[in-house]
Amino acid sequence: MDLSTDEVRHVARLARLALTDDEVAELAPQLSSILGYAEQVGDLAADDVEPTTHPFALTDVMRPDEARPSLTAAQVLAGAPAVEQDRFAVPRIVAEEG
Amino acid sequence: MAATQRPDLTQASAAELAAGMAAGEVSAREVVDAHLERIAVVDGVDARGPVWSAKTAGRLDADEPHAFLAVTAEAARDHADDIDRRRAAGERLGPLAGVPLALKDVLTMRGAPTTCGSRMLEGWIPPYDATVTRKLREADLVVLGKTNMDEFAMGSSTENSAFGDTRNPWDLDRVPGGSSGGSAAAVAGMLAPLAIGTDTGGSIRQPAALTGLVGAKPTYGTVSRYGLVAFASSLDQAGPFARTVGDAAALQSAIQAHDPRDSTSVSDVVPDLGLQLQDGIAGLRIGVVRELQGEGFEPGVEAVFQASLERLTALGAEIVEVSLPTAPVGLAAYYLIAPSEASSNLARFDGVRYGLRVDAPTAEEMNAATRAAGFGAEVKRRIMIGTHALSSGYYDAYYLQASKIRTLIADDFRAAFAQVDVLVSPTSPTVAFDLGEKTDDPLAMYLNDVATVPASLAGIPALSLPAGLAEAPGAPGSALPVGLQIMAPLLRDDLMYRVAWAFEQATGFDPRPSGPRAIHLDVEVAR
Repeated sequence: MDLSTDEVRHVARLARLALTDDEVAELAPQLSSILGYAEQVGDLAADDVEPTTHPFALTDVMRPDEARPSLTAAQVLAGAPAVEQDRFAVPRIVAEEG
Repeated sequence: MAATQRPDLTQASAAELAAGMAAGEVSAREVVDAHLERIAVVDGVDARGPVWSAKTAGRLDADEPHAFLAVTAEAARDHADDIDRRRAAGERLGPLAGVPLALKDVLTMRGAPTTCGSRMLEGWIPPYDATVTRKLREADLVVLGKTNMDEFAMGSSTENSAFGDTRNPWDLDRVPGGSSGGSAAAVAGMLAPLAIGTDTGGSIRQPAALTGLVGAKPTYGTVSRYGLVAFASSLDQAGPFARTVGDAAALQSAIQAHDPRDSTSVSDVVPDLGLQLQDGIAGLRIGVVRELQGEGFEPGVEAVFQASLERLTALGAEIVEVSLPTAPVGLAAYYLIAPSEASSNLARFDGVRYGLRVDAPTAEEMNAATRAAGFGAEVKRRIMIGTHALSSGYYDAYYLQASKIRTLIADDFRAAFAQVDVLVSPTSPTVAFDLGEKTDDPLAMYLNDVATVPASLAGIPALSLPAGLAEAPGAPGSALPVGLQIMAPLLRDDLMYRVAWAFEQATGFDPRPSGPRAIHLDVEVAR
């Protein structure tokens, strides 16, 4: 399938990637070629084939719900780009009213 | 620091070094110093301070393999001294105690940088050890440093690192393979006897093949992924690089164990990899995969592969042709599944908890600007493929279909292993290619992984070991390593190593790089 530059921009928005126009122009034919190649997966897999997401059919195991030592807040925050009041600091998420 | 190198130490196998240290002929400190000295002389690092940093990409020399991104020199010397003290005090140490090794920069180690070859994590110091790192320390293996890699392990040539290309010690104008190219170059270039890599679709086996090494992807789930920065969680697996089969088996034994911190860690007991290593292969049935040869494989690679089959026959094995009918579609399925998982996994790089942040007025703009600045072209490409493949309206056609192919491939392997004990194929369709040769065509680069991805999708163990040398197309007179891939049933890593050991004894491959552009093995540089 051929991906248009508008479709590339839509996917980039979903992926939270601020691509430049040059990147969009370069990616459109590349993604089209890769996805075109990948489409052959549709030729073989019949409806009655179960999908596999993991090599082993593992089942969940439960462990006791007990407190254990963990990293301190200071250790975790040490690598963060912005910290305020012992928390990760981020820009405004909800638009201001008005 | 002494300027004379110690090839007797840097060219020795891990087993030889361990025996020498156990016998008191050499100390762990001497072994570590010998390797640090060679790294300082040949790899292109600024050998000052407690953690040596690699030169920036633009200042690297064409004769430097650039295997390491960071060398933890002071910690390595301290660890070696501690091992020597404990040995002198009569403490019982593990079989590989004091042997140095290199760690791919995708595994965390407390107090040392982990970049994953990305600007996104430049300068990040993880606050915890990966389970693999902890197991290595418990076994008293000495980590020399962190190795270069394709950004977030996405690539087949180590040309996608944000910190410069790694070069192949056999020909410094060629790629070492990828994504674990730094680990491969470290072991092939005699900078370390052992290294840890990670393999998602071939990222240990293909660089091992291209640099004349033994490299193994263990059965999925037998080595913990805790502290391994995730690319494609259902496929990622850490494993060993070594110059001998015995060394690789010993290193894999040291890192495999059930880990409650990894929800996909298998709790089955894995057979001892050393126990039947030397039992030989007389009477074993070995399957040649019909679909993993022929078109797309270089003539030189095919010739070495045919000679390998004759060698296996001479060792008493029975060669049987088998079919994995779905294998040719494995690559297409892999290049949907791995990017899909990557697009989810890499969502964590959002400029909030670690790494880079590019400021912007709103959180979403900050996320998008940070990710645009922090990720390189290949990572962006894979995030885009994966996001598209998982997006509304496309999920059924892409991700779901690919997951069904995965079932068919696992069924193919089950049917094949009902007929034969192990399967073999060439590891890579090509020998090491020139730097820059495939960087303009992403799909051509992906085709490198055609022989390695089927085992990844099925989760089975697979190993590459040197099978001989072949001429590269367009380079008359060249002689570059070719790998033989051995695939075994789930949890039969022991059988895989047993076949590899017998093949290695019969092959007599010399792992020392040779050729006009090979790395120098005997440089003595006064600094």
